[in-house]
Amino acid sequence: MIVYDFLYNIVFNITQSAVAGDITAMVISAALPLLFLVLPFAILAVWLERKVSAHMQDRLGPMRTGSHGWLQTIADVIKLLQKEDIVANDNDRPLFNLAPILVFSGSYLVFAALPFSSAYIGSNIDLGIIFIIAASGFVVAGILMAGWSSNNKYSLLGAMRSAAQIVSYEIPTILVILTIIMITGTTNLRTLSEMQTGYFWNWMIFGGAGLSLSKFLFIPFMIIGFVTLYISTLAEVNRTPFDIPEAESELVSGYHTEYSGMKFAMFFMAEYANMFAVSAIVSAIFFGGYQSPFGYLGNTLGLTWMVPIEQFLWFASKGIFFVLVQMWLRWTLPRLRVDQLMALCWKYLIPIAFVNLIIVGLITVL
Amino acid sequence: MSIYDIIFYLFATITLVSAFFVVTIRNIVYSAFFLLFTFFGVAGIYVILGADFIAMVQLIVYVGGILILILFGVMLTNKITNVQIKTGTSQIIPAAIGVGLFAGILTATLVNTPWRKIDNSPLFPTTQGLGLMLISEYGVVFELLGILLLIALIGAASLARK
Repeated sequence: MIVYDFLYNIVFNITQSAVAGDITAMVISAALPLLFLVLPFAILAVWLERKVSAHMQDRLGPMRTGSHGWLQTIADVIKLLQKEDIVANDNDRPLFNLAPILVFSGSYLVFAALPFSSAYIGSNIDLGIIFIIAASGFVVAGILMAGWSSNNKYSLLGAMRSAAQIVSYEIPTILVILTIIMITGTTNLRTLSEMQTGYFWNWMIFGGAGLSLSKFLFIPFMIIGFVTLYISTLAEVNRTPFDIPEAESELVSGYHTEYSGMKFAMFFMAEYANMFAVSAIVSAIFFGGYQSPFGYLGNTLGLTWMVPIEQFLWFASKGIFFVLVQMWLRWTLPRLRVDQLMALCWKYLIPIAFVNLIIVGLITVL
Repeated sequence: MSIYDIIFYLFATITLVSAFFVVTIRNIVYSAFFLLFTFFGVAGIYVILGADFIAMVQLIVYVGGILILILFGVMLTNKITNVQIKTGTSQIIPAAIGVGLFAGILTATLVNTPWRKIDNSPLFPTTQGLGLMLISEYGVVFELLGILLLIALIGAASLARK
């Protein structure tokens, strides 16, 4: 934890108090991703989404603002900042104002526990992966709050659909994560990443480190687990083909129909931050987290300070790769109906995840 | 007063104030949302006590599960049918007896528990020890609670089918 130690030393030298140093360093290092990673990522991802969708539909997408339109999102954010903040008379004002904050902070809480590299993890708590699941509860509450306080039937229906969807798909997500916890015996995301060190055949998708028989037996079940986890996280962030909460053709835009200006932008950025968060979780669990698939350039050259930077780049590129897959799916697949959505979760994913959990448990006992 | 005391009083205030509003406020949706802050404050107090696993489970089960269910129930009955449901007072005497009994049990536990005082010792993750205890020492209780929850689940499903 280089960042934590650095901050701790600064505060300790000023105040001469270990407790103050500890708490200040913890708060600042946990808040760092918000400023330096999440906001730039949201801006990049919105631009990417437009370009990916445009190229998939044989269009050009934004081209005017900057080279290939890369400044377009920044221009949009500036526009949103200047927009009038409209609160209708029949909106429930306190809850209406609180809801975007709750959704926003719920999404960004997750980033505090993501293992960005071996030198930097916002807050290296022992229960990292459980914390991430717990933090998503605030998002659901915020979405329900937004839908109800908008006093609009489309908003309320969107919020209801969204909450039902997130709560249902949390079950297969937790079951797959439980499978991994059972194999590795850790809930700490940093330890989990360290266990997958070395080359790519040590990743959990290839059965984890070691060369025992169980490693080869795990592989098919790890692939099933990965597909289940990817589908259910896709549903948890309300992306197509699971975007019925925001289905434009039926619900205008779901729970954030009534929001304008910066409050709308907060929902929007929370959505993109969530996309990266779930992709990062998938890559941390199955694809080695921040570990490089084929060793580090820094180690080869003898420059050990380069390794954490390389790890950060690997983590970011794995996350962005899965975000691109989400975009690819969005512009390829049609939307599911509500009953199909619930049937997929309760009749297919949950039984598959349960059977997977039991089989992996039996192999672990072997 | 150390910084930990300040954090403790902050979470305690959040818990108590929001709990007070949960029972006093007339609008039932507001009540439900104040419950969110109560659960959050309690989770914070668990973290300060060093019970990391309990804090996370508190958030998953109460905020992510029970609160969402309450909100669902409230919203489906409150706004859609255009009937404003307000909290009111009824059955004062049975309620007073129940609350009095519960308060008595809480006070008795508070007085009779041999509290341990831990000074500035570093806190360790509790997950492993808790898991071992749940499987070995409290195994029967754990399984019985599981069966109780299963019965409640089946009961709810059969009620909903009628």
